[in-house]
Amino acid sequence: MKEHHVSIWFLIGLQLGIFGLLITGAGIYGYFFPPPPEQLTVLSDLHAGIWWGAIMFVLGAFYTVKFRPGSGKGE
Amino acid sequence: MTCIPLLADAAPSHLVSLGTVDYLIIIVYFAFVLGIGFYLKHFADTGEEFFMAGREMTAWIAGLAFISANLGALELLGWAGQTYQYGLMATHWYWIGAIPAMLFLGLVMMPFYYISKTHSVPGYLLLRYGPASRSLSALTFGFMTVLMSGINMYAMAKVMEVVLGWNINFSIILSAVTVGLYVGLGGLLSAIFNEVLQFMLIWFGAALIPILGLIETGGWQGMVERIKANVPAIHPDHPNLDYTHIWSVMGNAKDNAMGMHWTGAVFGLGAVISMGYWTTDFLVVQRVLTAKDLRAAKMAPIIGAAFKMFVPFIVILPGLLGLAVLPMHLVGENDPSMGQGGHSYNEVLPLMLARYCGPGLLGLGITALLAGFMSGMAGNVTAFSTVWTYDIYRPLKPDATDAHYVAMGRWCTGIGIVISIAAAYIVPMFPSIMTYVQSLFSFFIAPLFGTVILGMLWKRTTGYGGFWGLLAGILSSIGMFTWYKLDTTHTAIAYIALSPDASDMAENMYSALWAGLICVAVTVIVSLCTTPRPDRELVGLVRACTDIPPEGDYPLVHRPVFWAVIVGVVCIILNIIFW
Repeated sequence: MKEHHVSIWFLIGLQLGIFGLLITGAGIYGYFFPPPPEQLTVLSDLHAGIWWGAIMFVLGAFYTVKFRPGSGKGE
Repeated sequence: MTCIPLLADAAPSHLVSLGTVDYLIIIVYFAFVLGIGFYLKHFADTGEEFFMAGREMTAWIAGLAFISANLGALELLGWAGQTYQYGLMATHWYWIGAIPAMLFLGLVMMPFYYISKTHSVPGYLLLRYGPASRSLSALTFGFMTVLMSGINMYAMAKVMEVVLGWNINFSIILSAVTVGLYVGLGGLLSAIFNEVLQFMLIWFGAALIPILGLIETGGWQGMVERIKANVPAIHPDHPNLDYTHIWSVMGNAKDNAMGMHWTGAVFGLGAVISMGYWTTDFLVVQRVLTAKDLRAAKMAPIIGAAFKMFVPFIVILPGLLGLAVLPMHLVGENDPSMGQGGHSYNEVLPLMLARYCGPGLLGLGITALLAGFMSGMAGNVTAFSTVWTYDIYRPLKPDATDAHYVAMGRWCTGIGIVISIAAAYIVPMFPSIMTYVQSLFSFFIAPLFGTVILGMLWKRTTGYGGFWGLLAGILSSIGMFTWYKLDTTHTAIAYIALSPDASDMAENMYSALWAGLICVAVTVIVSLCTTPRPDRELVGLVRACTDIPPEGDYPLVHRPVFWAVIVGVVCIILNIIFW
C-alpha cells in the first residue's frame, strides 16, 4: 500500500515560517542599520518588515507544528 | 478571465532593485516548488493520480486551487492597472463577474460533472452529446490553452524585464524548466500543491500594499478625496468622472471611463462571460474535479467564491491607491511617453510594491508575482495535458494501458511547454494576436456555457443540437469581432454594444452575450427538430434523469447551500456599500 504524502498545510507552514524569519531578520537589520534616506521606502518608520514577517513566522510555525508529518492531520 | 498586461512597448526601465535577502527568498521559493515536484512524483503513478490528483482533495484544497488557478500574476498586474485606468468599477470582474457563476457551479453544475466521473469538460460533452461536440471543444480549448500559456510566459518575461531588468530569455527558460519539471513529475497533484502555496504567497506578498496605502492616505475617505483631486490631471479625457463607485456610474455608458452600461455588466459579464469561464473553462473546473466526494466538490467553488470576493482588497485597492498617491501619471501602453521613461497602467502594482516594501518584503512581493506566473502556466499545461491525452489522443488509441496514458500525459507536459515557449517567441511578432487573444479565448468559452448548461438541465437537447449550437455560437462571436475590427464607420460598436461610446471591453461583454444567446437558440431549434436520446442514457448527465444525493442528513453548517447563501448575501452587501 502506498504511503500518504505530507499535508499541504505543513508545506505552507514551512514556507511561511522560513519567509517570515528572513523578512523579520531583514527588518531588524534595517532597524539598527537603516539605509540612506534616498533608499527609504514610504512609511519605513513603521518597520513593516518586522511585524509582517513576525506574523508570517508565527502563522507558519503554527501550521508546521499542527500538520507535521505523523500528526495524522491533513494527510 | 485574465487581463493581460503586455508591457510590450515599455522601455526596459528598472523599477526595483533586489537585495541579498530578496534573492534568498526567491531561491528558497524555487527550491520549494522543485522539491515538491520531485517529492510528489511517487504519488502520481496512475492516470487518476497524474491527471486528477487521485480525486482525494478536500473542499478547502480544491477550492483554493480553483481560485488560485485564476489568480495569476497577470491577473494581479492587469486588474490593478485596469483599476488605475477605469476606477473601482473594475471590481465587477470579481463580484458580479465571478461570485454568482462560482456559486452556480457549486450548487447546480458540479453534481453532473462529478457524478458522471468525467476527466474534463470536453469529456462531459462526449457523454452528453457525442464525439463531434467533444472534439470541437477539445481542439479549440487545447489550441487556446497553449497559446495563452505562451503569451503568459512572454508577458511574464516582459514584466520581469521592466520590473527587475532580467533578460527575457532567462525568464522564459527559468519559468519553463521549473514548471515543466514540477508538473511533469508530480502531475496535477504537484500543480495543486503549488497553487495553494502560491495563493498564500500572493496574499502575504500583496496585502501589505493596501494596508500601508490606507495608512498613508488616512483611510478610505482620504483616499477618495485624493483621487478626486488627482483625476483631472491623470485622466484629462474624463476629468469629472467618478472613479470610486461601481454601479452608480453605469446608468449611462458616458458616465464611466469604461463606456459600459449596466446591462453589459449584468448580462454580458455576469450572465454569459463569467458563467462560461467559471463553469466550463477546464483550467479552473479541473481543480474542483479533484475533490474527494460530491459534497467537497460542491463546497470547493463556494469556498473559492468566499476568497474571490475579497481579492479586490489586494488587486483593486492598490490600483485605486495608485491614483491617490503615486507622484507620476501612468499611461496606456501606446502612449508616446512610454518610450521616454513613462510608466504604463500595468506597472501600478510593482510601483506600489517599490513604494512601500523594503528588503525582504520586496523579495516576498516579487516571489508572489513569480509564483503567480508559474502557477498560471502550470494550470494551462495540466489542463492541456489532460484534454490532449483523454479527449484527443485516447479516441485515436482507445485500447492503451493506463501507464501508457500517464506516459503520454508526461510527454504532453513537455510538449505543451515547448509549444508554449515557441508561442512566447512567435506571437510577439504579431502584436494584434497578443492584443486580441483574450477576445479569442472568450469566443470559445461563452458559447460553451450555453451548450453545457442546456445539456445538464434540458433532457430534450440532442447531440446535433449541442454541436450545431456550439459551432454557431463560436462562429457568430468570431463574426461580430471581425465586423467590429474591420468597421471603419464606427457603426458596428453601436449595434453590438448598444452604444457608440463603448470600449473594447464593453464590446467583448456584449459579443459574448449575443454569442451565448445564438448558441442557445440554435441548440434549442436543432434539438426540437432531431430525435432525443432515451432517458436511461442520460442518467448522471441530466438533472431530470439523475438522483442527486440529498444533503438532508448533514447539519445545516455542513450543507453547501447554506454557505452559498452566506457568500451570496455578503457579496450583495459589498455591492451596496460600494454602489
